[in-house]
Amino acid sequence: MRRIAPLFGLLAICLLIVLLQFAIGAGIVDEYTVPRPTAIAAALPRLLAEEGILTRFLTTVAETFAAGAAATLVGTGLGAALYRWPLMRRSFEPWVAVLAAAPLVLAYPLFLVLFGRSSSTVVVIAFASALPPVVLQTVAGFSAVRPVLLAVGRSFGLGRAAEFRRVLLPAALPSVFTGLRLALMFGLINVVGVEFLINLGGLGALINDLSERYDLPGTWAAIGFVVLVSVSLFTVLDGGERWLQRRR
Amino acid sequence: MAAILLLGGWQAMALSGLLFRDVVPPLGALAAGLWNVIADPTFWANALITGGELLAAVLIGGMLGVATGLALGASHVLSAAFERWFTWLGPTPKIILFPVLILFCGVGPASKVAMGAVSCFFPLVLSTAAAVRGVDPVLLRVARSFRARPWQTVLKVYLPATVAPLLNGVRLGFGVALIGVLLAETKLSNQGVGFAVMQAYARFDMPRMYGLLIVVVGFAAAVNVALGHAARRAVGATSKKET
Repeated sequence: MRRIAPLFGLLAICLLIVLLQFAIGAGIVDEYTVPRPTAIAAALPRLLAEEGILTRFLTTVAETFAAGAAATLVGTGLGAALYRWPLMRRSFEPWVAVLAAAPLVLAYPLFLVLFGRSSSTVVVIAFASALPPVVLQTVAGFSAVRPVLLAVGRSFGLGRAAEFRRVLLPAALPSVFTGLRLALMFGLINVVGVEFLINLGGLGALINDLSERYDLPGTWAAIGFVVLVSVSLFTVLDGGERWLQRRR
Repeated sequence: MAAILLLGGWQAMALSGLLFRDVVPPLGALAAGLWNVIADPTFWANALITGGELLAAVLIGGMLGVATGLALGASHVLSAAFERWFTWLGPTPKIILFPVLILFCGVGPASKVAMGAVSCFFPLVLSTAAAVRGVDPVLLRVARSFRARPWQTVLKVYLPATVAPLLNGVRLGFGVALIGVLLAETKLSNQGVGFAVMQAYARFDMPRMYGLLIVVVGFAAAVNVALGHAARRAVGATSKKET
């Protein structure tokens, strides 16, 4: 039973979609709030041909990776610095934790003032939201390195830099990768969110456009597309993380 | 110490003239902005609306999330069939559902509640399911040997044994629900804190905007710390009971 359960789940969801189709056909569900699933599927080629969904997809991906890569680099660096100097860690880590819990994306009007209504605003907000979790993750990762490894390094007479490169970094690599995953996750959520809110650039703006034109099948299809994009990104990242942890 | 350093750096930046004075106001202007926000009765009216929306969102999304999570965690078959869908949908950006939620719930507060509830739902499903699976099987066997009914098992075994991870789930869910409600308010509304932020932006009243943001961040941090503290105390209580 447990082996075929995933198949059963998939079937149940397909059945739900078919039921929805008939419910709309029978007028039980209002067609003007939920379009027929077939109409949503039929809208996809139109999004490809007329709305340039692929270029928008590339814009969103580029912004996400720019923000995610920057947050990983800066966040790992800051995290390493906080780990290296305990005084700094004691004084700043609580503040980073506050920022990680804060709804930073709400400050988007502020960033609009600073950077104008441009792609860089989107990237900067996504970067700012992704940075605190990456810093926390990195500090936790370095702190979790087994003390034995550090002792071995010291007995070989490694200096600070060599200890960092030869012992700390390899041992903390999986958690650095977890930081990367967090950065891309927060990056994508915030990029799409801000695009939607300020109606600029990639997939988020496309959804806003389509809904303002009351193009419901298009809106639903675009939402489905975004879900598909984020699911595939996270699946790849999850796989990468498991692979790294197995290699340990 | 760190706070003084940060504030000093900010003041230096504000007075240096490197950045626009309006965008990085000196500390005095910030404090005045914060005071204006706190002393302003319309802010509290807005805060009350947003608070109500947030509470409704966390209650609705949270209860549905916990119920779904209990079902997934308690049944291997359900978990194998459906849990991956929740894991996949969990980290997708939820705000894109807002136009659809407006259609379902109208442009009023209901659509903001729905936005927050949808955001809050997924972290709670996943953390509840994980928490339920973490329950000591011995406790379940005891319940079965006492012939507890399913609802008794839920109330007397699952809920007490999972208080700490559940509180942590609520902490996560609260954070994303707050973001969901506030962003929905900035997008389309005529009341609430999100709306007040957009108004300050439209008037280019930067000190006021900073004041609003400081209040929101302070509120989020306070709730976060309180729930985290409660979760740690719950961990302490259960582990003491077991020894």
